[in-house]
Amino acid sequence: MSDSRAAILGRILQALGHAARADAPDVLQRVNGHARGPQPQWAEADRERFLAKLAKAAGTHATIASHAGIVHAVTDYLAAQYLPQRVCVAPHPLLADIVWPEGWQVESRRARGDDRIGFAVAFCGIAETGSLMLLSGPESPTSLNFLPDDFLCLLPEDRIVPRMEDAWALLRAERGSLPRATNIITGPSRTADVEQTIQLGAHGPRRLHVLLMESAAQA
Amino acid sequence: MKPTSHAFSDNARRALNDATLQQALAKAGVGFVDKRRAALSELPEFDALREAGRAIKDHTLANLDHYLLRFEQQLVTSGGQLHWADTPDEACAAVLDICRKAGARMVAKGKSMVGEEIAVNDALEAAGLEVVETDLGEYIIQVAHEPPSHIIAPAVHKTRAQIARLFEDLHHQPGLTRPLETVPQIVDEARQVLREKFLAADVGITGANFLIAETGSTVIVTNEGNGDLSATLPRVHIVLASIEKVVPNLEDASVLLRLLARSATGQEITSYTTFFTGPRRRADADGPEQFHVVLVDNGRSRMLGGAFHEMLRCIRCGACLNHCPVYSAVGGHAYGWVYPGPMGAVLTPLMVGLDEGRPLPNASTLCGRCEEVCPMSIPLPKLLRELRRQEFARGLHPPRSRWALAAWAFFARRPQLYRWATRLGTRLLNRLSGGRGRFRSLPFAQAWTTARDLPAPQGDTFMAQWQRRKQP
Amino acid sequence: MRAALFVTCLVDLFRPSVGFAAVRLLERLGAEVVVPPEQTCCGQPAYNNGDFENARAIARQVIAAFAGYDHVVVPSGSCAGMLVKHYPELFRDEPETLAAAQNLAARTRELSAFLAEHTGDRVADAHFAGKVAMHDSCSARRELGVHAAPRTLLDAVGAERIELKDAEVCCGFGGTFCVKYPDISTRMVSDKAAAVIASGADVLVSGDLGCLMNIAGRLKRMGSPVRIYHLAELLAGMTDAPDIGTGDKT
Repeated sequence: MSDSRAAILGRILQALGHAARADAPDVLQRVNGHARGPQPQWAEADRERFLAKLAKAAGTHATIASHAGIVHAVTDYLAAQYLPQRVCVAPHPLLADIVWPEGWQVESRRARGDDRIGFAVAFCGIAETGSLMLLSGPESPTSLNFLPDDFLCLLPEDRIVPRMEDAWALLRAERGSLPRATNIITGPSRTADVEQTIQLGAHGPRRLHVLLMESAAQA
Repeated sequence: MKPTSHAFSDNARRALNDATLQQALAKAGVGFVDKRRAALSELPEFDALREAGRAIKDHTLANLDHYLLRFEQQLVTSGGQLHWADTPDEACAAVLDICRKAGARMVAKGKSMVGEEIAVNDALEAAGLEVVETDLGEYIIQVAHEPPSHIIAPAVHKTRAQIARLFEDLHHQPGLTRPLETVPQIVDEARQVLREKFLAADVGITGANFLIAETGSTVIVTNEGNGDLSATLPRVHIVLASIEKVVPNLEDASVLLRLLARSATGQEITSYTTFFTGPRRRADADGPEQFHVVLVDNGRSRMLGGAFHEMLRCIRCGACLNHCPVYSAVGGHAYGWVYPGPMGAVLTPLMVGLDEGRPLPNASTLCGRCEEVCPMSIPLPKLLRELRRQEFARGLHPPRSRWALAAWAFFARRPQLYRWATRLGTRLLNRLSGGRGRFRSLPFAQAWTTARDLPAPQGDTFMAQWQRRKQP
Repeated sequence: MRAALFVTCLVDLFRPSVGFAAVRLLERLGAEVVVPPEQTCCGQPAYNNGDFENARAIARQVIAAFAGYDHVVVPSGSCAGMLVKHYPELFRDEPETLAAAQNLAARTRELSAFLAEHTGDRVADAHFAGKVAMHDSCSARRELGVHAAPRTLLDAVGAERIELKDAEVCCGFGGTFCVKYPDISTRMVSDKAAAVIASGADVLVSGDLGCLMNIAGRLKRMGSPVRIYHLAELLAGMTDAPDIGTGDKT
């Protein structure tokens, strides 16, 4: 394989006529400059933009005033969808101290193939496209985002950033580097592979429900 | 996959006479075009993004060695492994080697055009592994034993009824049938069958829309979530990527992502855009233990700096297919290999050879609609013409068209002789038409007159009449 | 003002009346029209079939024949596109010829663009009452960006202008494409002919005779009563003469 590496790089060098280095100063400067391309503009507030785009992508939402409203919002959602009170919850600090109603089956772990409902916390929301960004880690197993039929996601309102570039800036500032998986999720899973007809719930969640939390203060 | 591009004319004729295929194509074409148009109309910044996207690709290609090495360095730092593969055989060998070392039996695969290009499924199956395509479109064509007919909608040539019948034959025991008629029923059927495969697979293979030099990440863009399941549940994740996919940083990827989804499906962003960076971390609850990137060249480094350099900007959105009148008429299979439409008519001869791919660059009116809609402003007509130039230089044209062209050029280069010959010809044809103004058939023009009348010359040539007018 | 007419081979051979219509329109503007005798064809058949040597030889011939005229006018978007866009491309590596090719390109205009540029909407004393569909050739629309000009001119002669469905889609002519891939070409021209018929137009015009012969050939075969003229013929008031594909005896 190293022969291939030499052969490929050799041909590239020949075509470009310069020497290959991973740390050429101008390349490092370009990579770490993080210059942004043209930024799409909109008139409405970021929160409104986020919710409008989320709805366009067939995502739903409930607004809660604070952390204390989580249980109520989840209860409402399960009732509205006629879902069992069995939820797989991300081991996230924001979801750790919740007192779930008597009789509910709530487990804090990664998702399994037969989980109906997953509940996680977004790293941030992106107003431009109504997207959620989730970062894999001990407190956010990626399988939760994809295996359950219903994916519930908590998003503190002050975590809505305007654009993807702002999400990258936030990520660099708060985390330094990318986790194993950075998921930008916009609405539920869908496919148009049968006669171009859009059908939700191809392999991933059939429904995406955002709990938009207005105050970040935890009870 | 053994290419049949040389038989394009026959393939095309069959496709045109296939009523079911025509029904499927008619439905697909309009949808893609309208959705893209609507998406662009909502983004006034699209043209500026297009300019910026092109500049990003041009810059990266001009420094491709640097960015690939930076990507390698960052990938390794994050715990991933990079495998350079010059040829499809080397790429398949690398994938197979990883699977063997992992003791793998079953592979869950996300959609990858590079995977199609190197025919990785064939290689894995030949080695005794079970490979399951998990993108619904790819799954449909896998069980139908067909190649994809579109780079983003692989089963676009199949009707709902055909897919239902396929699934019924494959999944259902007699007496155990679930209803399979509507689109939701078909999608649910695939969801159930493939869910088990995701959970059982040892290795997940996905493609990559972009590689990020800054972070050593690979990016996939999907709607179904199958790529993410393939990359999350199995023990090993292998990414198949080609060398031109690298971009400098996350901001660059953000520009290109805005262009890609709109140009491909008319979405602002797909349901899932995922950046993978290395294998699972120590405290992670899930994710693969190994993360491999197989970096495929397959002729691309030879395109760099040459006549086809600009083709390396391609981000595989499929807009050129959707807007091509030839693709819309005959579908993707007629092109006879992995990549159809205008981008395929450029790439196929470069990857499988001009002898095999010869008809593809010729099967275009050079109408320029592909270049117009290409988010990377690739001058596809110019590249198709360049392939025709190479074909002509190598003497690959059929003798009859060569002679006709040579005879025409002989006259066109000699105005006096041309005047005389054309006068003779037009007057003769005019007389033959008997004042009817057109021919229903002409012995040497059957290609034209089979379905159209041929308008007859009005009489004498313009040049002759003009001469008379000037010198009475 | 002196304008040199590049007749184009199809007009020269098949429909000289388009050439005379162009002359009439240009003379109406007060231009002195010259038809350089050393012209044959623009070289596209060679160019698009990969024979760049012959294409260059013919291009040199055209460049020489049209040297020194203020304006070069072409009643075809396709041939004008060849002179304007592709000649400079052909001589990219020959600085001396490149300069001459660029010079020619700067002086060359597609006919309707030239007319619109020089007359605005005072195109002609001709008047046309009827429903007219305008077909843009791909080269006029995409290579040259000519789209508004023919419409301005049609409006000026009082035509009731109709837009075709899928107007931006190629008619399937494509030079030698139509005989190399007749099945695909037939499918494309059938779609175009269907769009013309569905539009309810009495007359179809275009600035390109190649497209027109193709679409007319299909319409006539289908027995359609739609009459087909080059835009120049309609503007010059020459629609009393038989349309494309119709003779004195039909």
